[in-house]
Amino acid sequence: MGLFILRRVGVMILTALCLTFVVFFMTNLYPNLEKLAKTQGNFRMSDEAVASWLEKGGYLQSTPKKYMEWIGVAPSYQHVAEDGTVTGRCITPGMDPAEAPRFCGILQGYWGYSTVFKDEVSSIVATRLSLTGTLMFWVMVVMVPSALILGVLAGMKEGSATDRTLSTFAITTTATPEYVSGVLFIAIFSSSAVGLKWFKGTATSAMESPNIENFLLPVLTIALYGMGYIARMTRASMTEVMTAQYIRTARLKGVSFPNIVMKHALRNALIAPFTVIMLQFPWLLNGVVIVETLFNYKGFGWTLVQAAGNNDIELLLGVSVVSVLVVLITQLISDIGYVYLNPRIRIS
Amino acid sequence: MSKLEYSDGPILEIDRLSISFFTRLREIPAVMDFSVSVMPGEAVGLVGESGCGKSTVALGVMQDLGKNGRIVGGSIKFKGRDLGEMSVEELRDIRGNEIAMIYQEPMASLNPAMKIGKQLMEVPMIHEGVSEDEAYKRALEVVTDVRLPDPERMLNSYPHQLSGGQQQRIVIAMALMSKPALLILDEPTTALDVTVEAAVVELVKDLGKKYGTSMLFISHNLGLVLETCDRLCVMYSGEAVERGSIEDVFDEMQHPYTQALFRSIPLPGADKNARPLVSIPGNFPLPHERPKGCNFGPRCDYFEAGRCDAGDIAMADVPGNDRHATRCLKFQEIDWNAPITVGEQKEKTAPGKVVLKMDQLKKYYEVAANALFGGGARKVVKANETLSFEARESETLAIVGESGCGKSTFAKVLMGLETATDGEILLDGQNIEQTPIEARDTKTISDVQMVFQNPFDTLNPSMTVGRQITRALEIFGIGDSDAERKNRMLELLDLVKLPRAFADRMPRQLSGGQKQRVGIARAFAGGARIVVADEPVSALDVSVQAAVTDLLMEIQRNEKTTLLFISHDLSIVRYLSDRVMVMYLGHVVELGDTDQVFSPPYHPYTEALLSAVPIADTSVEKEHIVLEGDIPSAMNPPPGCPFQTRCRWKSEVPGGLCEREVPPVRHLQAGHQIKCHLGDEVLERMTPVIKIAAE
Amino acid sequence: MDPLSWTGSIAFLNPLLFAALGLLAISILIWILIGAVTPEDRSITNVGGTLSLSAGPQGLAALAVRVTFLASAVILLAYIVLGLFMGTGAGIIGALAQRMLPVWIALILLFTLSISFKRRLGLYGKLFDSPIGMIGFGLVMFWVFTGIFGAFDMIITHDPLAQASGMKNKAPGTPLRGAEEGDFAWYLLGGDNLARDVFSRMVKGAWEVVKIAPLATIFAFMVGITLGLPAGYYGGKLDTFLSFLANLILAFPVILLFYLLVTPEIVATGLPQYMAVVLFAFPMVFFGVLLNARYRTQPQKNLMILAVVLVPLFLMYMCLINAAGSKIDVWPLDFFDVPGGILVVFVSVVFVNSPTVFRIVRGLTMDIKTRDYVAAAQTRGERPWYIMLWEVLPNARGPLIVDFCLRIGYTTILLGTLGFFGLGLPPESPDWGSTINEGRKLLSVYLHPALPPAIALLSLVLGLNLLADGLREESLRD
Repeated sequence: MGLFILRRVGVMILTALCLTFVVFFMTNLYPNLEKLAKTQGNFRMSDEAVASWLEKGGYLQSTPKKYMEWIGVAPSYQHVAEDGTVTGRCITPGMDPAEAPRFCGILQGYWGYSTVFKDEVSSIVATRLSLTGTLMFWVMVVMVPSALILGVLAGMKEGSATDRTLSTFAITTTATPEYVSGVLFIAIFSSSAVGLKWFKGTATSAMESPNIENFLLPVLTIALYGMGYIARMTRASMTEVMTAQYIRTARLKGVSFPNIVMKHALRNALIAPFTVIMLQFPWLLNGVVIVETLFNYKGFGWTLVQAAGNNDIELLLGVSVVSVLVVLITQLISDIGYVYLNPRIRIS
Repeated sequence: MSKLEYSDGPILEIDRLSISFFTRLREIPAVMDFSVSVMPGEAVGLVGESGCGKSTVALGVMQDLGKNGRIVGGSIKFKGRDLGEMSVEELRDIRGNEIAMIYQEPMASLNPAMKIGKQLMEVPMIHEGVSEDEAYKRALEVVTDVRLPDPERMLNSYPHQLSGGQQQRIVIAMALMSKPALLILDEPTTALDVTVEAAVVELVKDLGKKYGTSMLFISHNLGLVLETCDRLCVMYSGEAVERGSIEDVFDEMQHPYTQALFRSIPLPGADKNARPLVSIPGNFPLPHERPKGCNFGPRCDYFEAGRCDAGDIAMADVPGNDRHATRCLKFQEIDWNAPITVGEQKEKTAPGKVVLKMDQLKKYYEVAANALFGGGARKVVKANETLSFEARESETLAIVGESGCGKSTFAKVLMGLETATDGEILLDGQNIEQTPIEARDTKTISDVQMVFQNPFDTLNPSMTVGRQITRALEIFGIGDSDAERKNRMLELLDLVKLPRAFADRMPRQLSGGQKQRVGIARAFAGGARIVVADEPVSALDVSVQAAVTDLLMEIQRNEKTTLLFISHDLSIVRYLSDRVMVMYLGHVVELGDTDQVFSPPYHPYTEALLSAVPIADTSVEKEHIVLEGDIPSAMNPPPGCPFQTRCRWKSEVPGGLCEREVPPVRHLQAGHQIKCHLGDEVLERMTPVIKIAAE
Repeated sequence: MDPLSWTGSIAFLNPLLFAALGLLAISILIWILIGAVTPEDRSITNVGGTLSLSAGPQGLAALAVRVTFLASAVILLAYIVLGLFMGTGAGIIGALAQRMLPVWIALILLFTLSISFKRRLGLYGKLFDSPIGMIGFGLVMFWVFTGIFGAFDMIITHDPLAQASGMKNKAPGTPLRGAEEGDFAWYLLGGDNLARDVFSRMVKGAWEVVKIAPLATIFAFMVGITLGLPAGYYGGKLDTFLSFLANLILAFPVILLFYLLVTPEIVATGLPQYMAVVLFAFPMVFFGVLLNARYRTQPQKNLMILAVVLVPLFLMYMCLINAAGSKIDVWPLDFFDVPGGILVVFVSVVFVNSPTVFRIVRGLTMDIKTRDYVAAAQTRGERPWYIMLWEVLPNARGPLIVDFCLRIGYTTILLGTLGFFGLGLPPESPDWGSTINEGRKLLSVYLHPALPPAIALLSLVLGLNLLADGLREESLRD
C-alpha cells in the first residue's frame, strides 16, 4: 500500500511538471511576450524596443531555462544594464543585488507579480482560492448527498415510476450546462421581467457575507450540472448491483428489501460513483469559472478569466499550478479511496 | 420465528405448474404442466438440457421469477401450504429459513464487500432473532460441518480470498444455517473442477443425511444425479417427460427422449469405431416455436404423424413401477429392450508417421507477485515442466487435466502465440518452438489449427459465417479468385454438414452446436494436419455433444488429421482417444494408450480423477476416492511431487521423498509412463477404479 | 401593424394545455407515490394466463400518466398544426410553426420512412421501439434540420447580422419599423441589444453547432480509436505511455486549456495548425490501416482501393491544414481555407475529447481481446491491426455509438462555453454561446435575447442524451 501511494505520488509530480511546463510554454510564446511588453511599456513600442524590454526581463532565454528559473531550481536571471545597475526577478526594488537570493521560483514561495492586480500572485491566489473554497464547499454539501440519494432511489428498482421520473430529471440536468441553467435561474428568480425577485442575480455581496439570497443560485447552478452526472453513475452502478447474483442470494435468504439495499447493495454500488465524484473536480472547475463570471463572484475562476483575458502571465501561471494540483490531488484521493472501499483490491 | 407446522405428506408438491415469461411481443411459456413431489429426506433430481426450464422451476418454488415471469397455472405447495397465496412477509420467513438455495456460481452469489461471517450470521439473526454471539457460534459450527480448514479465519475473510471450492462450501454452509426442510441446488458444481466437484457432491450427500433435508437437485449431468438422488424427473423443452425412481428411469426408461439421451452420452463400453454414439437428430425447439403435440416429436425415432402431433399429451403412469410416469403416447407399444441399431462401424485407422514431437518442452512465466501494487518481487510460474511426447498422423491424443494444469499454455506454445522457455517442438522434423506466429510461414500456420471451447465466443459476432471462413481461406492463400474461395467456403460448410444458406447468417442466428461446426470448418480451411481441440464440446448440450464429436472423428478419419483433444471429461476421452496424457500443475503425470491409462496401475492422480467423474450407468461400480482440499495454485506449487498435498498413497513412499523430490519419469510398459515415487509392488496392488458389475 | 401576441387566435388552447400539463404532473406524482407505498412485486397467479401484466392501482396510475402525456402531446401538436395554417393569425407560435414548415416536412418524412422499415434497419430501427429514444431522436433531428435549412436561408426571417433601427431590445412579436415589401414584418422573438432578430440568430446558431459538433466528435473518435486500440491490445509500455498522455490532457482544466489555446496570439504562432497537422492525419492513418489490413492478401485490389480512398482524403487533408499566408503554406492545390478562429476551436475541441474516447476504446479492447475469436484470428496468423480493426472494433460498436451521441452533446456544450467566453469565434457570430453571453448582461431587464438560445442548446443536448439512453437500452435488450 505504501509503495502504491509512493508510485502514485511520483506519477502525480511528473504529471504536474509536464502540465505546468505546457502552460509555461504557451504563455511564454513570443506573441504573448510581445503583448506583455507593449502593455507594460507602451503600445507604440518599436520591435527593437520590445526586444530590449524583453531582454532586460530575461524573457528571451530558452524556454526550459526560464521554466527552471520559474520553478526555482536554476539561478534566476540577472540583467546588468549599461550603467552597471543590476536588475532581476529576485531583486526587489531597493534591494542590494549582492544580497538578493539566487533562486526565486515556485519552490521558494515566490510566485511572481500580477500585472493586472498589482499585487503578489501568491496572496491573490490565496484570497481568491478561499472564496472559491466556500463556494465549492456548499456545492459539495448540496450536490453529493442529493446525487447519491437520487441515484440510489432510482437504481433500487429499475424501470419503476421513481426510476423513470428521477432519471429523466437527472438527464435533463446533465443536458443543462451552467451558462444555460444560470441564465434560466436568473431569468426566473431574479429578473424584473418575471418579477419573482426571490434571489439576487449577482453574488458579489456573497464574498463578504454569503446567505441564501445571494449564494443559493450560484451554488445550485454548479451543483445541478454535476449532480445529474453523479446520479446517473450511481443509478447505473446501483441497477447493476441489484441484478447481481449475491443480491438474489440475499433475497432468497429472506433479507427484507430495505436491508438488501442498505446492507448488501449500497457499499458495492457506491464504489464506482466515488471515483466519479472525485474525478468531477476538473469539470467543477469549469463550472466555477462560468458561474463566477456569470454571477460576478470574484473568486478563483473569475481570477483565471481576468488573468487570461489580460495576458497576466505570472498570475495565469500561478492559477494553473493551483488548479493542476487540485485536480491531481483529487485523483490521488480517488485512487486511494477506491482501493480502500473495495476489499477485493485492498486485501489480496 | 418458528418453522411451519408440518404433519406428513410431501415436503414440496408441485402440481401442474405452468410458468410463462412475458415480453413485449408475446408470452413465452417456460414451464408447462409440470408436477413433481419431494418427500421428507428425499433427494429428487431435475435433469434436462439448457433451456428446458429446470432453473425456472427452482425460481418458481422460491417465488422469485422477476418482473416478467408469472405463474400462469397450477400450484406449488410447501408443507401443504400454497406458496403462491402467501404474503410477502410469509414468503420472506420461508426463504432461507425453510427453503434454501445453492447456486451455480459461488463467487457471484457471495457479496464481495461483506465478510463471510457476517453473511452467514445474517440468516439466523433474521429468521430466529438470535443474538450476534449465538449466530457466530452457529456459523462456526456449520463452517466446521462443511469441512473447511481454520473456520475462524474463514469467517473473518472476504469471498475473494477463498478458492472456488471453498466458496461453494460457504454457500452450502449458508444454506444450512437455519436447518431448512428443503434445499434447492441449481447446478451446484458446474463451475468447479472434477475432483473438487466430487468432494462437494459427497459433502452435500452427507449433510443432507445429517440434517434430514429434502433436496431438489438440478443438473444437466445424468451421472451426477445418479450419485446424489433417489428419484429424478427428466425435462425436455418446458415439460417433464419422465419421472420415477433412479433405477426405474435408468434401467427401464419409458420415454424416447430419455432413451436417446442415454444413447448419446459416452458410457464405458462405447467406442468410436465399434460402438459409436447415436446423436439425437435436429435441434432443441425454441420456446415460441414448439411443435404441436409431443415436443420431442420432430426428433423422435418412434414418431407417428397424426397421433403424436394431434394434441397435448398428459403424463401417464407406467404400470407396475412405483410412481413412474412418462409423457409418451406410445410407451406401451415401443420395445424398449430392442438392441440399438448400431451406427455404421468403422475400421480403426492405423496411426501413421510421427508428425509432431515435443521434447522436454518448458514454459515459464514471470509475473509480478502483487498485481495491483506492482513492482516488488517477481515470481516464476512454471506453466509447463518438461513435456515430452509424440503425435502421429490420424491419431487422437487426449490431454486431460483440471484448471491450472498447463494444458492451455501448452496449446499456446504449440500455436506460436507464446514461445517456449526451453526444449523443442518438432513439426515434421523442423523446430518451431521459438518461432512466434508472426514469423511462421503460411504452410506451418495452416497445418496447425485450433478449435475453441466456448461456442458463443468462437465466432466474431459481427461478421457473417461465410465471411469468417472466407477470411481464413484468404489468409491461408487458398484460391486465386473471390469466386473460387466462395466455392471452397461452401464446400467447407458441406464438410461440417451445415446448409449452404448458413453462409449469409450472422453467428447469433446459430445454435451452439452449429457455431462449433463453423469453428471446425474454419480450422480445416487450410487443410490442417494437426488440430488442437480445446474442450470443443464441453460447453454444448449432451445431445449435441455426440454429433459434434462424431463430426470431428469423421473429418479426422478422412483427412488423416492428428487430433490433440484437450478435455477434463474422462468419459469422452475414453470414447475417442487413442492415447491419453494426464497433466497436473504443469507436469505430465501419466502418458500411455487409452487402455493403459484407464486400467491399473495408475498414477494416484489418474486414479482419483477416474473415481471423480460421474458415470450415468447403474451397473458401474466405482471405488470411492475423494481428494482432500483444492488444486494448489500454479503461482505457488508445493515442493517435491506436485500432487503430494492431496495424494492418498503418499504414506507408501518412505522417507518423505514425495515432499522433497520431483519424481522421475518411469516407463512401465511399452509407451506407458508415469511420474511417481511409488514402488512397483504398490503399483501392482492397485485395483481398477471402475468396474462394470457382472449381470 | 400590430405587435403579435404569443398565441393570437388560438389562445383557446391555452387553458386546455395548462389543464393537461397539470393533470400530467399530478398523475406522475400519484404514480411515484403508489410505487413507493405498494410493496415489492408479487407474482399474481391468474388462472387464464392472460397477457395483462399490470393491474391494480399501480397500473391505473401508469395508464393515467400515459393518457395525460398523450393529451399534452396532442394539444402541443394542435398548436403547431393550427399555427401552420393560420400563420401569424395564431400569434408568434403560429408564425414560428409556419416558418419551420420545411423542418416539419423533413421530420415527418424521416419518421414515417424509418418506422415503416424499422425491422430492416438494425440498431437504428430498434430505436423506434423506445419512446425515450424516439423523443431524443426527434429533438436532435429537429435542430439538425433547422440548422441545415437555416444554412440555406430558408427559415430565417431576417439577416442575422443586420441591425434594424428602433428594434433594440424590443419584445417578441414587435413589428418591424419601416418594413419594406418582401420583408418579414415582425421580429418574432424580439430584437437583441444590437437590434438584430433573435429568431434568425437562433436558427443560424443551430447551423454553427450542426456543422462543427458532429465533425469534431468524429475526428475525436478517429484519434481515440487509432490510439486506444493498440494501447488496449498490446498493453505494456505503449499503453503506459499513451495512458499517461491521455491522463495529462484529462488533468488539464478544460477552461484553462481553452484560454491558453484559443487566443489570437496562439493562432498567430501557428500552433493550432501544427496540432491540426497531427490530429487531422488520424483519419488517413485510420482508413489506410483499416483497408490495408483487410485486403493485404490481394495486393492488386488493395492498391486500387487504397488509392480510391486515400487520394481524396489526402487532398482534403492538405486543403484543411494549408492556408495561404499562414505558417503552413506549402501546398499549391488549396481549394478552401478554414478561418483561423474556426480551426483553433475545432482543434481544441477534438484535442479535449479524444483522451476520453481513448480511454473507452482502450477499456473495451482489453475486454474483447480475451475472446476466443480474437485467439482464432491470432492462430490463423492475422496481423495485429486486422485483429484490432476488424475483430475487436466492430464488436465494441454498441458502447461507442452510445458514447458518440453523448459526446456530440458534450461538444455542443463545449462550443457554447467557448462562445460564452468569447473565445475563438468571431464576435458577431450567431452561435448560441455567444448569444447567451451577450444576452445575459441585460438579463434582469430583458429576458428574450438570452432565453431562446439557452433553451435551444438545452433541448438539443437533452435530445442527444435521450437518444443515447434509448440506444443503450435497445442495444442491451438482446
